[in-house]
Parts: sequence; structure tokens; C-alpha cells
Amino acid sequence: MPKAKSIYFDHSATTPVDADVLKTMLPYFSENFGNASSVHSFGQRAAQGAEAARLDAANFLHCNPDEVIFTSGSTEANNLALFGMFKALRAKKPGAKLHLITSVIEHDSILEPVADLERSGVAVTYLPVDARGVISVADLEKAIKDETVLVSIMYVNSEVGSIQPIKAAGKLIKKINERRLKDWNNKKPEERGDKPDPIYFHTDATQAANFLTCNVNELNLDFLSLSGHKIYGPKGVGLLFARKNTPLRAVQLGGHHENNRRSGTLNVAGAVGFGKALSKLTPEKQERANRKIAAVRDLLASGIFKLVPGAILNTDREISTPSHAHFSFPGVEGESILIALDLAGIAVSTGSACASNSLKASHVLVAMGIKVEVAHSSIRFSLGKDNTKEDVERLLKVLPQIIERFKKMSPLK
Amino acid sequence: MIYSKEVIKHFKKPHNQGVIKNADSVGQVGNVTCGDVMKIYLKIDDKGPKSKPGPLIKDVKFETLGCAAAIAVSSALTDRVKGMTLEEALAVKKDDIVNDLGGLPAPKIHCSMLGLEALHKAIKQYK
Repeated sequence: MPKAKSIYFDHSATTPVDADVLKTMLPYFSENFGNASSVHSFGQRAAQGAEAARLDAANFLHCNPDEVIFTSGSTEANNLALFGMFKALRAKKPGAKLHLITSVIEHDSILEPVADLERSGVAVTYLPVDARGVISVADLEKAIKDETVLVSIMYVNSEVGSIQPIKAAGKLIKKINERRLKDWNNKKPEERGDKPDPIYFHTDATQAANFLTCNVNELNLDFLSLSGHKIYGPKGVGLLFARKNTPLRAVQLGGHHENNRRSGTLNVAGAVGFGKALSKLTPEKQERANRKIAAVRDLLASGIFKLVPGAILNTDREISTPSHAHFSFPGVEGESILIALDLAGIAVSTGSACASNSLKASHVLVAMGIKVEVAHSSIRFSLGKDNTKEDVERLLKVLPQIIERFKKMSPLK
Repeated sequence: MIYSKEVIKHFKKPHNQGVIKNADSVGQVGNVTCGDVMKIYLKIDDKGPKSKPGPLIKDVKFETLGCAAAIAVSSALTDRVKGMTLEEALAVKKDDIVNDLGGLPAPKIHCSMLGLEALHKAIKQYK
């Protein structure tokens, strides 16, 4: 009997490369292989591909192509936004007091650079989240001080899929910036001092791009990070949108690429694929996919509720992307479930400490007020555009027995 | 984190899983906040056969809440100590279990310790 096709419910980790995307990339490996910085025709062909991709990215973000900096992915884009901006601000105003605001549920590629900035003297406020995994704009407003120079909040949380109020936060920051400037203008020139710096606004949109608008003007963003492999594009490519005239200094030096903002030979094939993947995310296509994925997720959630007693859905479907269904199965350890599902041909992920090299429970779940022992029992199903009703049916055939088997094995009844 | 074939074999079909109703001794270690809880039940033969004077472990069963490594360790450990005298069982080292399992990923080595702790606790309680 042929082995049944494996089922993939881990799209938050990565997605398969779309066939169209791959096709667009292929000529850029051996045919148009030139270095996009070279002046000859080989270089020009590569550069044309990369610039077309940059235009696709600019269309997706509603920005200018020269505001797009290609990187190796979101991690690099986040590092560049944080370190690059503070590098520029410190060069401009040595010794100035600087404050940044972020949230407790960010990805480590934000939290670790922020901790590094904190050690170097930047004051940091970490916004809490509610039980749904969402920050509050009122908390953000309270956290803003005169020295605040940057707010960095993720658009969608990777673990539970909660959507953060980026538009409202952008509106608030814009309002405060306008007020700062107005107050300054109203002062007499001799009392004014330096023109106040605005608060800049960054979002890590890695998990949002498939589902939500990333119009940087509508959202009032100065910086935005994206990754290719989360949107059916290739791994090893991403971008940072950096609005014109925002302070940003390169952190990776040695080649003057990307307008002196990110050195390193451009990953042309990657950029071309990334651009193609972005061009497929039109609002209409997003909406259609969102509806389809949400329907599959509803089947999955209602099926689990029906068949697995005690299951808890940690994703609030009212305020999340349609991709996520993050469950806890109290009394059972998440990694065991993951391995058992994998042996049954179904790929998921877990927030259990046992599956991480750090052996710590997920900081996101803990921040949402979920008990550590319940966090250990969590399984994240993250759905993609190709998941079907049949995939869910197959999951529901095996999951209840798996949970039952482990409950029976446990000494705690 | 990649598990050996042996770990997966034990994980899929653990040996000695369950409860000994009239156990002579029970040892439980771990807690839910760290993620792993192991409970070892022992049935002990005080005298043992002539060839191997007791006390020895006549039967052993386990109950485990934990990751795949914790389950595999419970299974391999109980396999190994079944039929041993208490002294022999106390001499089992964590590396013996790790070797029985064809190795464990580095962050999972502590699971083998947990199994031994539960066993030692049960034996101590009996003594």
C-alpha cells in the first residue's frame, strides 16, 4: 500500500516555494547568474531581475523602490532596523537619552537586539499582552516619553497568530509626533532648542504578509521587516522597508550595496523569487485565501473540541490571522504529541520547553497568562493555502487516540 | 533535535508501561512545571532464586508524563532493571540508558537522570 501523503500544518515555521515563484527564479542561477553590481551585460541582466523584484516589493508596501533594502531574511531586517537606527541616532546626538518601546511577545530577533541595546544604555519598555496575546494602544500611549525614539511591535504573533493593533498604534504615534512638532513651533525661536526627533515606528510583519495589508502609509510605518520563506518564496531573502530620511546606518559593511545600507552581494535569485511571491499577494487574493483557510481552521477547531476532551484553543479567532489554531492539551506533553503526529505523517509545532534547546516554556504563552504546565502541552497548527478539509479529517482520525494514549501513560490522572 | 531509531521504537511501543496494583514500592519524581513526571512501580522478591539471592526486582512498571525522550528512557530503564537485584539496579548509570537508546540529543540527557532518580527513590523507599 503506498504511504499516504504527509500533511503540513506548520506554515508559521516556513512555507513551500510556490511553483510559479520557483519557475521565475530558475534562470537566475545559471543563465542570468551575474553579480547585480557588475557593469557588464551579465550584471545588468541580474540587476534588472533584482530591480523588478524591488518594484514588486514597493508595490506591495506602497513605498518607493529605493526604500526597500533586501536582506537575508526577517532576522537580519529586524537587527538592521534596531541596531542601524540607534547607530544613526547616537552618531547624530551623542550622549542623548534614548527610549524604545516593544512588546513581551516579540520574536527573539527583536528581543535579543533590544536586550543588547538595553545593555548599552537605551531605556526599554516592554508592553504586556492580554489573554488573547494582544497589546493595548492605551498601554503604548502611557509608555511614550519625551525620549522615546522607537516603537517596535510585531504585526502578527508567530505562535498564536494574534493581530496587533498596528494601524491604531501608527495613528497614535503620528498624532504624538505632530503634537511634539506643533509645541516646538509654538515656542519662541530662542526657547525652542533642537527640533524634536519624531518617534519612529517599526513592525515585524513576517507573519502578517500573507493575510493583511502591509501598506506602510496606511499604517504610518517607518520600518517594516519581511521574509521570503513565510510567503511561499525562498529562504535566505527578506527585506527591510526604511522610509526615506529616517535615520539608519548600515551594520554590515564592506561593499556599499543597497545604497550603502546593507553590504553583501545581492541574492538575485532569492530577491526575484521573493518579488514574485509578493506580487501574488494582492488584496483580492489575500481575501480569497483568508476565507478558504479560515474555513479549514474552523473545521479543525470544532473537530478538536468535539473529539478531544479538555482541549483549549489559545488562539482567539476573532483577532488572529486565519492560519493559526494554537491548542493546549492539558495533562499531555506537547513534544510527545508532535512526535506522535509526525510518525503519523502530520507536521505541527509545539510551545513546549521540551522541544526547544533552551528547555524554557514559550515566553509568548507565559505572557498571555497561560500556566507553564499548560504551555508545555501546547500544539500549534498553522495552516496554509493548500491545506484541505481532507487534511483536517486525517488529523482528527489520529489526534484523539494520541492524546488518549498519553493521558493513560501519565502518572497524573 | 533528532531522535535515534531506538528512542522512536520505545516511544511508539513502550515496554512495562502501566501500574502494579500491589506494588512493594513506588517512586515519583519531576513536576508539571518542568514538564516531566515519572513514576516507577516495583514488585520485589525478597529471597530471589537460589542462583541469585534477593532482594530482586521481580516486576517493574512505569507511568510517565513527558517528552518522547522521557518515555523512551522509562521504557529502556525498566527493561534493563527487570530481574536485577536492588544492588545491581542501583549501579545502573545514566550512560547505560543513553547507550541502550542509541544516544539522546544533548538537551535530553537530563531525562535519563530523571528515570534513575525515580528508580532510586522507589528502591530507597523499599529499603
